[in-house]
Amino acid sequence: MQEHESAILHCTGEAVFINDMPVSENLLIGHVIYSKHAHAKILEIDFSDAVKLKGVHSILSYKEIPGINQMGPIIHDELCMVENEVTSIGQAILLIAADSKEIAIEAEKLIEIKYEPLEAILSIESAIEKYNLLAPKRKIERGNLQKGFEDSAHIIEGTLKTGAQEHWYLETQICLCIPGEGNEIKAYSSTQHPSETQAIIAEVLGISSKDVEVEVKRIGGAFGGKETEANHIAAWCALLCNATKRPVKIHLFRDDDQIITGKRHRFLSKYKVGFNDEGIINAYSVELNSDAGSATDLSMAILERAMLHADNSYFIPNIKIIGRAYKTNMPSNVAMRGFGGPQAIAVIETAIDKIARYLKMDSAEIRYKNFYKIENNNISPYGQCIENNRLFILFDKLIKSSDYIKRREEINEFNKSNEFYKKGMAITPVKFGISFTTSFLNQAGALVNIYKDGTVLVNHGGTEMGQGLNTKILKITSKELGIKLVKIKVNATNTSKIPNTSATAASSGSDLNGMAVKNAIETIKSRLSEFVVDEFRKKYEGICSKKHNIKFENNFVYDIKIPERKISFNELISNAYLNQISLSSTGYYKTPNIGFDREKGQGKPFHYFAYGMAVSEVIVDTLTGYNKILRTDILHDAGDTLNKGIDKGQVIGGFIQGTGWVTTEDIKWDSDGHLLNHSPDTYKIPTIQDIPEDFRIELLEGYPNENTIRKSKAVGEPPLMLAFSVWLAIKDAISAVGNHEFEPDFSLPATNEVILLSIEKIRKLQKEPA
Amino acid sequence: MAILNLSINKKKYSVDVDPSTPLLWVIRDTIGLKGTKFGCGEGFCGCCTVHINGEAAFSCSTAVKDAVNKEITTLEGMQEKPLRKIIDAWLEQEVSQCGYCQPGQIMSAASLLLKNPKPTDDQIETAMTGNLCRCGTYTRIKKAIHKVIAEGGIK
Ligand code: FES
Ligand code: FES
Repeated sequence: MQEHESAILHCTGEAVFINDMPVSENLLIGHVIYSKHAHAKILEIDFSDAVKLKGVHSILSYKEIPGINQMGPIIHDELCMVENEVTSIGQAILLIAADSKEIAIEAEKLIEIKYEPLEAILSIESAIEKYNLLAPKRKIERGNLQKGFEDSAHIIEGTLKTGAQEHWYLETQICLCIPGEGNEIKAYSSTQHPSETQAIIAEVLGISSKDVEVEVKRIGGAFGGKETEANHIAAWCALLCNATKRPVKIHLFRDDDQIITGKRHRFLSKYKVGFNDEGIINAYSVELNSDAGSATDLSMAILERAMLHADNSYFIPNIKIIGRAYKTNMPSNVAMRGFGGPQAIAVIETAIDKIARYLKMDSAEIRYKNFYKIENNNISPYGQCIENNRLFILFDKLIKSSDYIKRREEINEFNKSNEFYKKGMAITPVKFGISFTTSFLNQAGALVNIYKDGTVLVNHGGTEMGQGLNTKILKITSKELGIKLVKIKVNATNTSKIPNTSATAASSGSDLNGMAVKNAIETIKSRLSEFVVDEFRKKYEGICSKKHNIKFENNFVYDIKIPERKISFNELISNAYLNQISLSSTGYYKTPNIGFDREKGQGKPFHYFAYGMAVSEVIVDTLTGYNKILRTDILHDAGDTLNKGIDKGQVIGGFIQGTGWVTTEDIKWDSDGHLLNHSPDTYKIPTIQDIPEDFRIELLEGYPNENTIRKSKAVGEPPLMLAFSVWLAIKDAISAVGNHEFEPDFSLPATNEVILLSIEKIRKLQKEPA
Repeated sequence: MAILNLSINKKKYSVDVDPSTPLLWVIRDTIGLKGTKFGCGEGFCGCCTVHINGEAAFSCSTAVKDAVNKEITTLEGMQEKPLRKIIDAWLEQEVSQCGYCQPGQIMSAASLLLKNPKPTDDQIETAMTGNLCRCGTYTRIKKAIHKVIAEGGIK
């Protein structure tokens, strides 16, 4: 067992989050005055009284931005501060720096902003109706769809709505900026993407990146919500810091955080599936429509990942996937764990579930029959071969270990003899592509320093946000150098140490940074091995040691062929120093052999796939809609895990976050676009009472991954999609109300209300004469 | 403003603050004990949990004046055995992910175990339901609490 490297600090209260950092007396508190209208012209802004309030040091509008008024990460279509028109609620209009939050709030009351409301697009339906596309539609296709449908004995069509999701990291967005000499500024930001935060601060301040240093020690949860959103808070904070030349901190209140920041993209998807009497899918067409909100942000990349997961784990010979992102007047939606994958997988899983009910077969059987095969039928719609397919092994093991067949019978029996309580069960797979689909992002850097006393400081470009990245980096370093963990420390992520990093996202943190660290260590080891060979030559007679035979293990460095030739790691380091050998190196890694042609919708976007499977059983009270997960069995593929405890923790956490999205996390807005559940009492994320009563999680063992750091696999996002087993188990229980003779209405999240309406409809249908 | 006398982790403090200030701000900013976290400020997440006379309380929604002359315990006051057993169980069960919620989780668990040395699963869930964890560490929180129970509790 190697626990999370910060666990002891977390549990004793010594771990320093940004809000815990000691600050100087002259710290100012930043406060954001944001738009209260979804779409409006700004007619007048009057802050003349507010600025006079004692304790207010600065009030800024867009006019005071010294650099470029932009913070869009890829496409520059997102203003840092509103100019004459607001296009969603939550956009920054003014920034206040004051002695305290209370004073800033007092000042806010003295500010008058006059708006002229304009027509707003607030739902994806109205965006579709107005065809308000964010960018041209995207397409991936294969085979002959029309013929595919003609050849299909059965066709089912449908529409599926999947809801938004609030990230609800426990540490709300935060940034602390400290002014330096001249133009210099240092930002402590809770960001998943320090390099981008650095670039955006430089742009809005009109200075260069070399003068901006961004540091991230640890993040109190992110889940995608701090991939681009953190840039906004950092840019605002930097503007106030620059204007006052004093340290400034912005730490959003929970309500403000929920109102200002974007969510998981809502999708409205249409699908049509053609299949034979056996349930084998011959043709599938799906239109994925997403609500991008008011700016591009990462919406196109999210849509792309959705399209690349429209097949989930299934081989479909004739397929057409259309993706459209729509612009609305909602806060710009952002990355969230799964990054579009969950929204698309929900659609194909729904289609499969419907096929099963239609053919009166078990959905597990339909899934199994349609899995990608090993030898043939193993090419994805975008042309990537599905290598090292783990679907069959996971399925076989899980069906057995979960006692699926026997429990299915027991559930049927239970449902026959219970009128008001119904049970349901489902098994669902996930196949998740690992790599950024924008290929150039798949690069990482590291800087490893060995000090004269034999201790090691590792710098890399990833951010630690609870996923255990630094713990994994420690282990990699320890294994590669053959020294104890206590001799190694991972430094805070800092743009002055590692430049031009990619976001810690796409589950790729350990894959990319772990390899970069390894490469840095290889360089140092190569120097040290050369040196040690020379030392051995001087010391021992006989044949010379060979560089490639030098091993680093158990705090020693030795010749594997002649093991008596050995030296302790510490002694070697101090000798190497005296002999002018460099003990520091950078490392770099880029994922090999990947690439994706967006125009053609073809290529090899992923380095590999991670797989997982889950069986969940639920019970539903058909009178109230209340439901409970009775048991969940998960078998997940993390390759040769880098850390079992951490990887299982990610599986559990991802799954639980997924169950929230598919059951209770229902974001609601009023007809003007105001978020209705912006406080934690009205937005319900899973609590300790919502976890499965019986929860069995295993990692697939004995299946190393090829060509990755220590044969491991990424594990951050894929398990979230295992929550579809819960979602479809609930549907199965609803379906039991009508003896599985009627297709239940269903959407995501399956709130109690959705469940009750669906049951009511089935009961009505039951009463109608056939 | 008023001078208020507080006892935190058995140490006496005299602070000059507005009596209606949330206890959380006094603990963190006036006194400088940063183990207690701010998560929502509205009494809904549990990050700010401390003990007031042994009872778990959300310090973000407790006015400092209501804690005067009472014994306040924060995570920093949990470092000695037997209370420390909770932290040790947390480490052994590898509970922590981002760690932000864990101070509050540990304080709620401690309050439960002080009052009820052998809680059932249901009682654990009820006592811990106000402490949210977005990293989803609940299964291990339960295991860690069971571990402390199995090892004789914290009394
Ligand atoms: S900060 Fe006190 S309950 Fe959330
Ligand atoms: S460990 Fe991250 S919120 Fe609980």
